[in-house]
Amino acid sequence: MRRARAGALLAALAAAPLLLSPWGLSQLSFVAIYAIAGAGLMLLAGYAGQLSLCHAAFIGIGAYAEALLQARGWPLEASLPVAAAVAALAGVAAAWPARRLAGIHLAIATLSFGFIVQEIMARWESLTGGNAGLVVAPARSLLAGTLGERGLYWLALALALAALWVLGRLLASSAGRALVALREDVVAAAILGVAPARLKTLAFALAAALAGVAGALYAHKLRFVSPEQFDWVMSIELLMMLVIGGLGSRAGIVLGAVFLIALPQLIALLRDLLPTALPPAGLELFAFGFALVLSLRHAPAGLAGVLRRRL
Amino acid sequence: MSQILSLAIAGVAAGCVYALVALGFVLIHKATGVVNFAQGELMMLGGFAGLALAAVGWPWPLALAGAALAVALCGLLAERAVLRPLIDQPHIPVVMTTLGLGFMLKGGVTMLPGWGTETHALPTPFAGRAVELAGTPVAADHLVVIGVTALLGLALFIFFRHATLGKALRATAQNPLGARLVGIPLARMHGLAWALAAGVAAVAGVLLAPVTFVHAHMGLIGLKALPAAVIGGFGSVPGAVAGGLLLGLVESFAGFYAPDGIKDVAAHVLVLAVLLWRPAGLFGGRAQENA
Repeated sequence: MRRARAGALLAALAAAPLLLSPWGLSQLSFVAIYAIAGAGLMLLAGYAGQLSLCHAAFIGIGAYAEALLQARGWPLEASLPVAAAVAALAGVAAAWPARRLAGIHLAIATLSFGFIVQEIMARWESLTGGNAGLVVAPARSLLAGTLGERGLYWLALALALAALWVLGRLLASSAGRALVALREDVVAAAILGVAPARLKTLAFALAAALAGVAGALYAHKLRFVSPEQFDWVMSIELLMMLVIGGLGSRAGIVLGAVFLIALPQLIALLRDLLPTALPPAGLELFAFGFALVLSLRHAPAGLAGVLRRRL
Repeated sequence: MSQILSLAIAGVAAGCVYALVALGFVLIHKATGVVNFAQGELMMLGGFAGLALAAVGWPWPLALAGAALAVALCGLLAERAVLRPLIDQPHIPVVMTTLGLGFMLKGGVTMLPGWGTETHALPTPFAGRAVELAGTPVAADHLVVIGVTALLGLALFIFFRHATLGKALRATAQNPLGARLVGIPLARMHGLAWALAAGVAAVAGVLLAPVTFVHAHMGLIGLKALPAAVIGGFGSVPGAVAGGLLLGLVESFAGFYAPDGIKDVAAHVLVLAVLLWRPAGLFGGRAQENA
């Protein structure tokens, strides 16, 4: 029964480009892209308990690497792994202070790391084009040629499923259990032979690599990259997405991503019913914050937890 | 020489604002163990509260005090309604709750019709005037910022040293269990810490107004004050003030002597260096916390 339902869902997702409008497909592509980045951040924040406030920086580094490599003629088969690797290196760098830090000091170190990366993106004009940003071409692949909207969606979907699968395998392994031990009690974990510094670095590298992949797809999806896209609000939105979806649950990643993409649309609908004087940006920000506070208070296990109770 | 003096005064004035916001971070963290990511937004709220009171005709000093009181009340309410139910939760949900609170405050202010999306001036009575100091003209606004911060710092010092309530708050920060045993109501101390931190942030918001104007995004300053608090060692109030002043001075001189962009990331480069080199902060003696 479960297998049949999963199969039907998969078939529906694969067939989505044939059923949905271009706009709907675009939204679904964003859900897949956010789910890829979310899978990495879930590993870090949801399972290993390490708060990263610089995930937008990793996404941005992946996006810029992809944009620059493709502009120099690299095919997707080469540029995507390199974008992931460059982001992973940034993850190792961000984890450097994290080796000695825990809790809130770590969060602040990552916050500062993100600000510095964003400033570098804006200032290294010869490479990144500075605040004016870079125009990105559609993804070119050796095997599949130039990817259109549909091709990009299928690629994002496949990579999102792969990321969720890898996360599941990892969590079932001894390394995954060691990461959870790190979250529960660092000292006890260290006594049991877990090497906290190495493991944290590994988790950061993996999470950043996934963020880099998501960033590469994001660059092709928007066809444009600029430093202000990868600000700290994006990092917070990713974390919010996981908290609202349900920290420590793989289903929560997808549910959270759907929520994050759907909320602005819901608000657009809502605004038609409200007085027109309300500025859109404020309402959206307020609704995000309200949803976050509400879900932490009344559904600490997130949407995934709510669904599990209902089913 | 006069260049250095005027850069130093501007730096100390900016540092005072950082110091006040950093102080709020430390107050809440010491008393409740929570890092309040809405601190910058409380400051922004203070700026708008001061603006509203000035708009209905209150003189500047009264508007400053009124804004501090109003935002302190907001802090009290936020603690009671949003944070207290999450007492004893792990740090990620609590941090996320304060982030959500910050989004709500910023979004809420942005939605104020006719106000939220505009940039407003809130001049002090001394706007545009300059004072001669050792042969160098110094903006009177800067001296007002420094003076108000010094007075507030002195008042807080006396409160923590001599008032029963202040001592109770310090006891709560040092040892919550011990404080409870001697009959200090912890929940009320949490509320007090939030009210104090919010009030101090509001003062910072009104003081910052002559420099950056009042707008919905001014809360971003909080993200520089947080590193300042960490630079000073997250556990000490004097450390937070010192961290804020240091950051203000570094930014002021970096803005003049260093290439573009260094000033904007100075806070973040400094805090990473401090965290790598001395995780307990420049002035913090306390060992780092676990997880």
